Amino acid sequence: MDEILHINNVTKAYEDLTVLDHVSFSVNKGEVVVIVGPSGCGKSTLLRCINAFETIQDGNIVLGGETINPCKEQLHAVRERIGMVFQSYELFPHKTVLQNMTLAPMKVKKIGRKAAEQEAMALLERVGLTEKRDYYPRQLSGGQKQRVAIVRALMMHPEVLLLDEITAALDPEMVREVLEVVIDLAAEGRTMVIVTHELSFARAVADRMIFLDGGRIVEEGTPEAFFDAPGTERLQKFLHSFTYQG
Amino acid sequence: MGFDVLLKGTNLLRLLTGLWVALRISLISVLISMALGVVLGCLMTLDKPFIRIVSKGYLELIRIMPQMVLLFLVYFGTTRALGINISAELSSIIVFSLWGTAEMADLVRGALRSIPRIQYESSYSLGMTLSQTYRYIIIPQIIRRMLPLSINLVTRMIKTTSLVMMIGIVEVLKVGQQIIEANRKSSPNAAFGVFATIFLLYFLACWPISLLSKSLEKKWDSSNG
Repeated sequence: MDEILHINNVTKAYEDLTVLDHVSFSVNKGEVVVIVGPSGCGKSTLLRCINAFETIQDGNIVLGGETINPCKEQLHAVRERIGMVFQSYELFPHKTVLQNMTLAPMKVKKIGRKAAEQEAMALLERVGLTEKRDYYPRQLSGGQKQRVAIVRALMMHPEVLLLDEITAALDPEMVREVLEVVIDLAAEGRTMVIVTHELSFARAVADRMIFLDGGRIVEEGTPEAFFDAPGTERLQKFLHSFTYQG
Repeated sequence: MGFDVLLKGTNLLRLLTGLWVALRISLISVLISMALGVVLGCLMTLDKPFIRIVSKGYLELIRIMPQMVLLFLVYFGTTRALGINISAELSSIIVFSLWGTAEMADLVRGALRSIPRIQYESSYSLGMTLSQTYRYIIIPQIIRRMLPLSINLVTRMIKTTSLVMMIGIVEVLKVGQQIIEANRKSSPNAAFGVFATIFLLYFLACWPISLLSKSLEKKWDSSNG
């Protein structure tokens, strides 16, 4: 298999608090890896390390043969190859939906406005938001904003897409419209690393599950094994905390 | 009503010349304040203890001190204490720039702080460089947030220039007083007419600026959240 992203022994610490403790895994091309774990287990930090928003104290992260180093000058070139969607959407409030999507392709990839807008419209159609092209972010619902954020990331043709708890800030009735977009992306073979609390979504979309607890990978496996036959007590406890019995 | 004195001799022209003196002082001070305020405001977000203490002290000092005291200090004080003789107009420009820079810097600092860190990251994650991020994402948002407040500052500065007559500058208010004094006998009602005219002149100078601010606010309202 084609390995695209390799996380090797990554350790991240703030002074005396170790957030990530020798975490290693790799992601193959077209694979969807879902990371779950209790709050504060380091899963969002891990995504931030991959996009070089955090310095790491040990280990390295390699994207398609290139080591990601937060101190390096040409960081933007490697970030261009990684897409990231945040919990809080982070659309640009002073730009319309269409401008949000075309800005980076036009300025970074130097694509012409026409071509960029054409591609943006095709993507908007795919997520059912064509009629919102000239709306400003604040005129959209949370679910619509997040769908725009996803297609905005896609405009850069990223080799890997990082989704950081993208439904955590949404009202429950909007979660589905966003997750359906992600399931659709998985089906077309996008490489994604997803951090989420939506376990049924995780099961539906994941090729591989990772359970992170206390900054370490406690368990890793196929969704079937992960959910139906968790091998560790910690994972059993974690999964159990999501189920209710009357 | 006392408006007739304005038509005597060159009185109206003198008033307008006085207004121009006031506007010139404010205009030059505003330009200096904008430039220095942006620089200082950016420095203030750097979180360097030295810069923070100095800028905070400067800001508080300027804000606490009445502008008139500052004017006296710069105009009369420097002559005696430092032996340098600066003109009244230059003194006023110095004072208004000191004040405007402090206020402007605080606006810039506030606007910069109000943009969350993750907006920068959102831009970086799309492969944009630091300069592209500032140019297309951060600065446009900052300008939108700051414009209404800085326009408010500009009108405040224009209005406060009426103080400069206290150090002998013949600006619009002083010209008005002179006209009233000179016509005390022939038009005893001149005070109303002259001051009403000055009121109107200040209004005409500040109103368009207010209007501009309102229309920009309205225009950007839809894109500000």
